[in-house]
Amino acid sequence: MKNVMSNKTVIALYVLPALFLVLFLIYIPMILTGYYGLMKWDGVGEMKFIGLDNYIKLVQDKLFWESTWHSILLGLFSVLSLIGYLIVSLVLASKIKGANIFRKIYIIPMLLSSVAIAQLWIKIFDPMNGLINSFLTSIGVENVPLWLADPEIALYAIFIPIVWQYAGFYIIIIYAALVNVPEELIEAARIDGANAFQIAYKIKVPLISGVLKVLVILAIVGSLKYFDLIYVMTGGGPGHATEVMASYMYKEAFGKYNFGYGSAIGFGLLVISMVATWTIQKLMKTKEDN
Amino acid sequence: MEGDKMNPNELTTKSTKLTPKTGYTSLLKKIGMVILYLVLIVVALVQLYPLIWLFQLSLKTNQEVFGMSPFALPQDPQWDNYIDAWTTGGINNYFLNSVWYTIVAVILTLILGSFVTFAVTRMEWKLKGFVLALFMAAYMIPLHSTLIPLFNIFNKVNLIDNPLSIIISYTTFNLPITIMILLGFYQSLPREIEEAAVMDGCSVHRIFFQITIPMTAPVLSTTAIINMIYNWNEFVFVNTFISSEKWKTITVGVNNFVGQYLTDWGAIGATLVISILPILLVYLFLSDRIIEGLAAGSVKG
Repeated sequence: MKNVMSNKTVIALYVLPALFLVLFLIYIPMILTGYYGLMKWDGVGEMKFIGLDNYIKLVQDKLFWESTWHSILLGLFSVLSLIGYLIVSLVLASKIKGANIFRKIYIIPMLLSSVAIAQLWIKIFDPMNGLINSFLTSIGVENVPLWLADPEIALYAIFIPIVWQYAGFYIIIIYAALVNVPEELIEAARIDGANAFQIAYKIKVPLISGVLKVLVILAIVGSLKYFDLIYVMTGGGPGHATEVMASYMYKEAFGKYNFGYGSAIGFGLLVISMVATWTIQKLMKTKEDN
Repeated sequence: MEGDKMNPNELTTKSTKLTPKTGYTSLLKKIGMVILYLVLIVVALVQLYPLIWLFQLSLKTNQEVFGMSPFALPQDPQWDNYIDAWTTGGINNYFLNSVWYTIVAVILTLILGSFVTFAVTRMEWKLKGFVLALFMAAYMIPLHSTLIPLFNIFNKVNLIDNPLSIIISYTTFNLPITIMILLGFYQSLPREIEEAAVMDGCSVHRIFFQITIPMTAPVLSTTAIINMIYNWNEFVFVNTFISSEKWKTITVGVNNFVGQYLTDWGAIGATLVISILPILLVYLFLSDRIIEGLAAGSVKG
């Protein structure tokens, strides 16, 4: 029986096609990004080796660090908004009739493409005819914000559709974890006289801390990779007010044909994502498990 | 991952008769419930209203969009907006492209993903732990860090502006999450039937295609839907690798359409509705599967 299930030809046949794709389209390009970063290259012509010039430029590039900061800010906002999602999930999990329907409604925006969401919210944010400003005008606000056109607030404005898009996703995961909290523990606390807030804060939340940690990582690492929504909504503008790492990379390469420098930015994005993931995981481990 | 759980034995004194409720506390309770429901309903409205508004927008004339309150209902629904978008705007072509790229990529991903998961969970070989880790770790790599080399590779093999580059990319980049979801199911599946088949002298291919694949049908359908949503909504690969209008997908097509018909909000609304409708329809029938799949893909990672 062993020899059928350890037939090398079959194993190769089953594993190699997928492995080939993942190696050649994910791993090798990942390494090549770092290598292309050493080149001066317009994307079609010959590459010219220029050593570390692109990387030196990258480290000194104010715009790169600004876009990194924007990505990190979005990550921090996402982590903060987890508190809101947690509260909604706690309400949802407190034996509410119709919880399932609410849950199903909440996740709907998550099913849409970021492009559709971006286009929809461009209209909602429209300073003249958009939903938000029409509402503000109707209740008597005179100086309505310009939202995406105002460099001071554009990044915050962009975060609104991000919350709209992902809220349901986070709520569903937190809700699923809360539903799995053993009923006996809650009942026992209630008998001991704990009120709903104490039960939530002292029993439910600590018990789902594992899931919450995963969500913190997802929120931060996901934010570092934001692209579609921002690229379509503002293209990183006005000026560079909403520029993030991926949009900066994309514009340098496919907009300005600086493929060498674009690759260096892409490699920077890779390194920062990896370091962020690793750091957060480390931080969270030492706190709890050791 | 979770902290120490309390010993359930201490809780056997659980009483069903709690202190009798006075009228006052039950009133408080009712008010509390009303507030909780209000919170949930407000969140539901916030999540839904933009889409309802989009649908209304798609049925309005420009006079209504620019001359009246955006909250007003369309006076005389302009279904023509949809016809304009579908034919004049060329959305029909984008839509069909999306349909067949999505279907082909989903099938390829499921087959390749099932092959790998089967080999890793059912077959005996030395490097399987390492290979599995390679697939899983690929999930962590930011797609944008691979984009320029991918563009160059496809360019070298003449696949730029060719639908194949899209299908291959979709298949590859969805493999890690697909394997992740399949893996959990394979591990929980009893192996007795497969082992019996081995004893009976079945070939591995027959076991895989005639026993394992049918047994994994539920998880395959979940995975298929999740893949479908990802592919349908994908933007950056098509925007980067495809330049001809005839090969573009709905997601990128919608974006172009908006650029061309800037002031025609009704038609823009209609294209957006067309682009999101297939997924919403699928969701209407398979919401539990979709929710399960979205959740499975994230937390296991």
